[in-house]
Amino acid sequence: MSDHVYFYGTCLIDLYYPNAGMASIKLLQDSGVNVIYPPAQSCCGQPAYNSGYRDEALDVVAAQLGLFSENIPLVVPSASCADMIKNHWPSLFEHHALAGQAQAIASRTYELTEFLVNVLQFKAQDLGEPIQVAVHSSCSALRKMQVAVHINSLLKQLKNVEVIEHEYKTECCGFGGTFAIKQADISGAMVEAKTTHLQNTGASRVISQDCGCLMNIGGALQKQQSRMQTQHIAEFLLERCS
Amino acid sequence: MNAAKQAFLKRIDDALHNPQMRRNFRKAMDGIRSKRAEQFIDDDVLQLKRDKARIIRTNSLSKQAELLEKLEARLTQNGIQVHWAETAQQANEIIYQLLNAAGAKTAVKGKSMVSEETELNHYLQQRGIEVIESDLGEYIIQLAKEPPSHIVAPAIHKNRIEVAELFQQFHPDIPYTEDINQLTATARQVLRERFATADAGISGVNFAVAETGTLCLVENEGNGRLSTSAPDIHIAITGIEKVVEKFSDVPPLLDILTKSATGQPITTYFNMISRPRQPGEKDGPKQVHLVLLDNGRSRIGHDAELLDTLRCIRCGACINHCPVYVHVGGHAYGNVYPGPIGIVLEPQRLGIEQAGALTSACTLCGACGEVCPVRIPLPALISRLRAETVNAQQGMASDNTLSGKGKLRTHSEALSWKLWSWLNRNPLVYKGFTRLATRMRFAAPSIPGWSRYRTSPKPAPQSLKEMLKQNGLRENL
Repeated sequence: MSDHVYFYGTCLIDLYYPNAGMASIKLLQDSGVNVIYPPAQSCCGQPAYNSGYRDEALDVVAAQLGLFSENIPLVVPSASCADMIKNHWPSLFEHHALAGQAQAIASRTYELTEFLVNVLQFKAQDLGEPIQVAVHSSCSALRKMQVAVHINSLLKQLKNVEVIEHEYKTECCGFGGTFAIKQADISGAMVEAKTTHLQNTGASRVISQDCGCLMNIGGALQKQQSRMQTQHIAEFLLERCS
Repeated sequence: MNAAKQAFLKRIDDALHNPQMRRNFRKAMDGIRSKRAEQFIDDDVLQLKRDKARIIRTNSLSKQAELLEKLEARLTQNGIQVHWAETAQQANEIIYQLLNAAGAKTAVKGKSMVSEETELNHYLQQRGIEVIESDLGEYIIQLAKEPPSHIVAPAIHKNRIEVAELFQQFHPDIPYTEDINQLTATARQVLRERFATADAGISGVNFAVAETGTLCLVENEGNGRLSTSAPDIHIAITGIEKVVEKFSDVPPLLDILTKSATGQPITTYFNMISRPRQPGEKDGPKQVHLVLLDNGRSRIGHDAELLDTLRCIRCGACINHCPVYVHVGGHAYGNVYPGPIGIVLEPQRLGIEQAGALTSACTLCGACGEVCPVRIPLPALISRLRAETVNAQQGMASDNTLSGKGKLRTHSEALSWKLWSWLNRNPLVYKGFTRLATRMRFAAPSIPGWSRYRTSPKPAPQSLKEMLKQNGLRENL
């Protein structure tokens, strides 16, 4: 069953960015992987967990653990959700009857680009017109999952894509889940700084591994009536390669 | 809303509307970040240094009681008098009594965050003792009557023009200048006089070595050396967690402290104080005292996870790398310790009611945890404390470890998470919700706060789940 994977769609992608989910699945399928999507899945629990409501997060995760019981990889098209599953599910279920299941799933969880690069040795053939893009690596991709390197290596394979570096590229965009609402003005100041630095590149698009950041950055760009677009890496890769 | 939280939001608002101050912080933090990075070019070496420093600090904390006893014995042998203070109030009383007994009317002070914790200056000044801060940054903010905005660089929120204006106000006889060297020379001239005439010197301590009974003091201006050696009486104050076991523990800690704090391979001065003036010696203080303050530290030490807080060596690297701090600055936090370490320390020191709201000022981006020289898992501790702010019933810390657990829980927020949980663990409810949200996408409500800076997101016309259903993707193995 080594050619099978579970796909974790994430709540944000399910409701707001389904095309990023579809593109992720297509990339996996085109690489010869059989993708399995248990439809009873919902959210990794991160919003509640990061807000301090750990019991509520645990209940949500507990209801889903049984969906991913086979010993095949779980691929997540979001570094922050992958971080929640890989790094926080085990501690959330510490001393819990389901600890073993949570631990097992965590140990076979991959962020999408990590899986494409490290497991599938994904080869991209760029068929698109020349374009300049900026890359926003989420804090989860950079520091928690340490998978920011993979988005860059995938983009490097695309011969007509030029990545323009921006200032303060490792600094948080200010999303932080409920932080963006609870500390709306700090978050606003942070995303204002981030969008300024991104726009200074002159690139036409921002590519990221995380839809949370894209919602934050994209929403701010739209409010500022910027022409800069945001796109999930899976959609971008698929667009370039087909 | 909790009053402390309301005040916190007001301070944040003030800070965000102060563009000059924000520029000052951005510039200062950029500079200090790049200086630190220059000291740690080889990441492998840095990680080894962090491991070593963490082990030393963890070891010290695990044997703390024993080491403190040993420290007291060695210091006493060396002629340094040791005083124990359970609370900030007790520490202040002890220091006042010592000064009073020595007939001291003026004290010159080296930088000490612990003395900020106890509000020592205020306490002594109320009792007729004049206290002069001798660290340049501390001196500046003492003139401005402001608290420190950073634990290492207390006046970092001010640029040189603001300092020039302040100096002109207090030293009108010295010609106005915005030249940093000349401003420093002015402070030096004023302070030299104070060192020569002060009755007492007060300082903090960076490491207290149990093995040898040595008080180590890290500084850059020589003011620490003068404060602790020129006056007849020197009183050092520090937290009990600053004890380390062996003399050989000091070099690795000092090395990573100065590199992490200011990006210096070593500070200009490093003082090792081991005894008062001996018979026949011509200088040095006649009396040396150490006040060891608990102020909640033992309480923190009782919790296996929160204990990590006490590893801190006060370098401020977490603050320097915090993307929130850089926008709001230190005063917005409103307590003694700002930034990530403050978010972790202050709710433990002051209780959830007074300081729990600080935990909201964090995106959990992880930048602090990545630079901490002693590997304090700051993001995990902030997340843990957030849980403690809203969870009264089954909080993880016992009541005497953390006061005010669950005090920031509101019915409306708790209810919304209950609803969220119900929605996300019942597939049919979830399906109904997403169906409704996608069909009514143009009626999606704008999100308060969020929509001030961004457009509100609209659900897609069709959810991923629906698309995949139509697609006939396999649902199980």
